[in-house]
Amino acid sequence: MPTIIPLIPAIPFLSFLILALFGHKLSRKTAGIIGAGSIGIISVLTIIIAIGFFKSLPEIKSYSVNLWEWISAGNLRVDISFSLDALSLVFCFVITFVGFLIHLYSIEFMAKDEGFTRFFAYMNLFIGSMLVLVLADNILLMYLGWEGVGLCSYLLIGFWYKEPDNGYAARKAFIITRIGDTAMIIGIFILFLNFGTVNISELMRLASANWVTGSSIAVLTAALLLGGALGKSAQLPLQTWLPDAMAGPSPVSALIHAATMVTAGVYLIARTHVLFSLAPVVQSAVAIIGALTLLIAGFSALAQHDLKRILAYSTISQIGYMFLALGVGAWSAAVFHFMIHAFFKALLFLGAGIVILVLDEEHDIFKMGGLRKKMPFVFYTFLIGSASLSALPLITAGFYSKDQILWYAYSSQTGSVLLWMAGIVGAFLTALYSFRMIFITFYGEAKTQPSFLPGKLMTYPLVILSVLSIVGGFIELPSSIGSIHLFSRLVDNTLPVVVTKGAENKEFLFQLLSSLIALSGIYLAYIVYFKKPSLSEPYSHSRINKYFEKGWGFDSLYETLFVRPIVWLSVVDKDDFFDLWNKGLARLALFFNRVLSTAQNGKLRWYLLSFVIGIVIILTYMLSK
Amino acid sequence: MLTIPIGIQILFAGIIFFLGLIGLLVRRNMIFMLMSIEIMFNAAGLVFIIAGTHWKQPDGQVMFIFILSVTAVEVAIALAMILQVYHHFKTLDSDAINNLKDQN
Repeated sequence: MPTIIPLIPAIPFLSFLILALFGHKLSRKTAGIIGAGSIGIISVLTIIIAIGFFKSLPEIKSYSVNLWEWISAGNLRVDISFSLDALSLVFCFVITFVGFLIHLYSIEFMAKDEGFTRFFAYMNLFIGSMLVLVLADNILLMYLGWEGVGLCSYLLIGFWYKEPDNGYAARKAFIITRIGDTAMIIGIFILFLNFGTVNISELMRLASANWVTGSSIAVLTAALLLGGALGKSAQLPLQTWLPDAMAGPSPVSALIHAATMVTAGVYLIARTHVLFSLAPVVQSAVAIIGALTLLIAGFSALAQHDLKRILAYSTISQIGYMFLALGVGAWSAAVFHFMIHAFFKALLFLGAGIVILVLDEEHDIFKMGGLRKKMPFVFYTFLIGSASLSALPLITAGFYSKDQILWYAYSSQTGSVLLWMAGIVGAFLTALYSFRMIFITFYGEAKTQPSFLPGKLMTYPLVILSVLSIVGGFIELPSSIGSIHLFSRLVDNTLPVVVTKGAENKEFLFQLLSSLIALSGIYLAYIVYFKKPSLSEPYSHSRINKYFEKGWGFDSLYETLFVRPIVWLSVVDKDDFFDLWNKGLARLALFFNRVLSTAQNGKLRWYLLSFVIGIVIILTYMLSK
Repeated sequence: MLTIPIGIQILFAGIIFFLGLIGLLVRRNMIFMLMSIEIMFNAAGLVFIIAGTHWKQPDGQVMFIFILSVTAVEVAIALAMILQVYHHFKTLDSDAINNLKDQN
């Protein structure tokens, strides 16, 4: 069984190579079949592996496969080797399965695009890199996958490269995540320097054996790794790239910037949870950053006009929830929310993609409206996605995953009332902005007419994802309702169980409260955005809302703090020493060129004379020796 | 049989070579330049003959036959080229034909 694990990342890489090398010769149909089919194959393989894995539990908690030696220098030995445990399995499942649905959708979505094969090549490369990231046995191979997904994110944000703005967004995403990645690689260096290995499980074992809890080196390493996670997962203060990343095609936003890549930070923290437990300061920082991010992004989502930007801020906010869960030590709750979030957010992005496509690239929700009657199908799936996002009690999966996080934010040993309050306010905001989106986009009068209706390849993935957005939650029910713990029991094989303060009897009360909050958010959205839109007018035009719309001014802050000084410096410092050296070399070459080219005057006898002079000199020299 | 000292023989060949060289440098007509080159070739061939006779070896004469055939080929090609040059430029003055110089 473990021997087929390497096939999971290998098949997408293979189809990437086929599409990249022979793509121009393939018809669109073949390219689509190769691009989506490869992901289909690996999603089946993942299910086969998962079945085998469940059967072997609890005796064998992880599979590992060593393929070959990658780097060997001194005492650094890095192998290409994969290991699969419950955590990687959940990620693999989401990446391959949701990835497959998004690929199917893309066949129709991108059908008229001239870069069709290029799109599928990039998407397959992304899936392969992401799988390397989650399956890697050592931290260096993981970093390879980490950078691979960063590259694909860059390529796909700038997919429509003829628009200069898209290129700018792509570079922004690349550079900002690079800041985090630099911190992360320094963290990896520290780990290797201290323990002389890069194998993750080995590192975690040695770290817990050798480092004292709260020691400065543990705090430093955990903080550096956290830096990488913040950049990739678009958390405060490196969150500004994600809203602009919406410049890419909608399936890209669904796959990379909602379901999978942006949650790589969650994976990293969960994978290296031992380090974070050794550094309680950093772990509480994770929780606080998560809480702040979910609030900031929630307010920003409420102010956006662009449908995809609403979803982008919502993604930042939901990843904030995952970070909150990680910060309070509720590892399995974070991973559970990751999975459910992947379902409903992919659904929402795909639905938004359809809406934007049929309205001829109209992104502004205030120019939409009335789509409920025109496209009932998209409306209902979108409604399910939004309900799951706003954690509609009992029926949606989002309720079960988010409720778990809210509960642990209070009841975990490191949790507190403040964290819980941030989560509750965030939940209210989530419900409000989700249904603001629904009411403005799908209700009211139609302002733009859809030019065509989506076909089967685009609608079927929506159905599957909306089913998952509902039933996905039933595999993990809280102790107060139903008490089913299939998911946490699986993940607990890899990650430690959350330590609570022991206030289980209050859990039901908290659930009731968060349900009421979600419902009241939806009701408020109904009142102020549908029944009496005049009520929301003063807020929508207020200065603070404009400030939120700009993402709390982080962009302009970074613009003045970093971008302008660097641009200014590079303009002022155009002719520094290094430039003089380089320019001097060029000038020297030009000088010699001018001197020597006078010798080439086209006169045959002049050349002959120089031959003779040369021969005379050589003969004189030889004879005089 | 009167034997001429080897130094004189080599000097004779050297004089012929320099005559050819001077002809090559002072003449501007390409036909004459080609003839001067032939003279220089023959001077070089003469040195081979002298050396072959001096050491009583046939190699020098073999070499001279080689040189003869090479010059025959060379003359054939060069004359054809000179013909083309004349067709193109209507002159055989090598100083006038300087289109291959650097432009700056």
